[in-house]
Amino acid sequence: MKVYGMPYSTCTVRVLTTLAEKDEEGYEIVPIDLQVGAHKSPEFLKLQPFGAIPVLQDGNLTLFESRAIARYVAEKFEGKGTALFGKTVEERALVNQWLEVESHSFNPLIEPLVVQLVFAPMRGKEPVESVVKDHTYKLEKLLDIYEAHLSENKYLAGDFFSLADLSHIPYAFYLINVAKKGAPFTSRKHVNAWWEDISSRPAWKKVAALALTKE
Amino acid sequence: MSSLKVYGKPYSANVTRVLTTLAEKNVDDYKLVPIDLLTGANKTPEYLKLQPFGQIPAFQDGDFTLYESRAIARYISDKYEGQGTALFGKTEREKALVNQWLEVESQNYNPSARKIVFECVFAQILEGRPTNEAVVKEQLEKLGKILDVYEAQLTHHKYLAGDFFSLADLAHIPVTNNLINVAKKGELFSSRKHLNAWWEDISSRPSWQKVLQIIQAGQQQK
Repeated sequence: MKVYGMPYSTCTVRVLTTLAEKDEEGYEIVPIDLQVGAHKSPEFLKLQPFGAIPVLQDGNLTLFESRAIARYVAEKFEGKGTALFGKTVEERALVNQWLEVESHSFNPLIEPLVVQLVFAPMRGKEPVESVVKDHTYKLEKLLDIYEAHLSENKYLAGDFFSLADLSHIPYAFYLINVAKKGAPFTSRKHVNAWWEDISSRPAWKKVAALALTKE
Repeated sequence: MSSLKVYGKPYSANVTRVLTTLAEKNVDDYKLVPIDLLTGANKTPEYLKLQPFGQIPAFQDGDFTLYESRAIARYISDKYEGQGTALFGKTEREKALVNQWLEVESQNYNPSARKIVFECVFAQILEGRPTNEAVVKEQLEKLGKILDVYEAQLTHHKYLAGDFFSLADLAHIPVTNNLINVAKKGELFSSRKHLNAWWEDISSRPSWQKVLQIIQAGQQQK
């Protein structure tokens, strides 16, 4: 198995963390250096026609979109490591529900924040204040709903860790630990407890160490 | 008597994504419970217990409650696996490709398509302001580049995940209908040969034709 991407890239990290949760180490990272535009080369576009990382190759299967790759990994290695979709049909459905919330409600708010607060400065650009203010406000409102939910559930889909929790980690990490702008999370008691819990998992700590050294 | 309920209104693309999935699985024994965004029915305490983000649809199977249209579609697909259209292909590999194109729809197609539809159709009704043409222009350019990739894919495959119809194709139908038929941006599709053929094919499926009738009946019902 090959993972094409960069160890510091949020979406690559989503895949690497899933592999780690499944206790799977039988893969190679093939670096695709965004700084030199390697993700737009004709060779790479044959693998990923939208020119984005990561890509997974497993035998003759080439797969892209980190959340689809994570599903594939969770199913392929179903028998080992952490069960990432719960145990019952209903638990699985709730995992899928919160995966969609991450995709459609959480990600569109936090991704622009991380771009402004972490990636833009890395490229010598100033954060656009209006974008930061607007998205922070909306993220706070969203996390109020998470707070209510997590005051009654240890994890998003219930009382078990799942791919839905994992999928939030990469961008949350960049906002909280790299940009040091984690107040929306840390000021909410149950959201904070949930973050402390999921970010102290061994699989995540392993991947985070790799992400930070390669930045 | 079925215990399935879909909460929402047929003018919502997210609601019709669920209704189309039910139709593909030959499930018509469900109740559509009206929750009208225009009256704020999605913000009542009772509804927020079902869907805390105040969005439609919500779904119930007996006393099991679920939201997010794509998660509901997955649940229906699993529950009725033995009947109707197979929506995830036949093999692990096919399923993975369906999931890939479901993510492309979610991450690439939907955000731009929805922004265009919102600006052209809903900005006036919901926010009392005119269309922001600069946003429309920007999103049309972005979506155009994405649809070029779809055109290349559909040149080699009849459907997105391969030569079989799947949930990945279905997921695109409701917003594409709004984009072409309501926002009048059909040129995005008619100018791309294979994309257009794909749209003609998937939108002529009996499931979508059935849902179109539900949408039209809903419009007459003011």
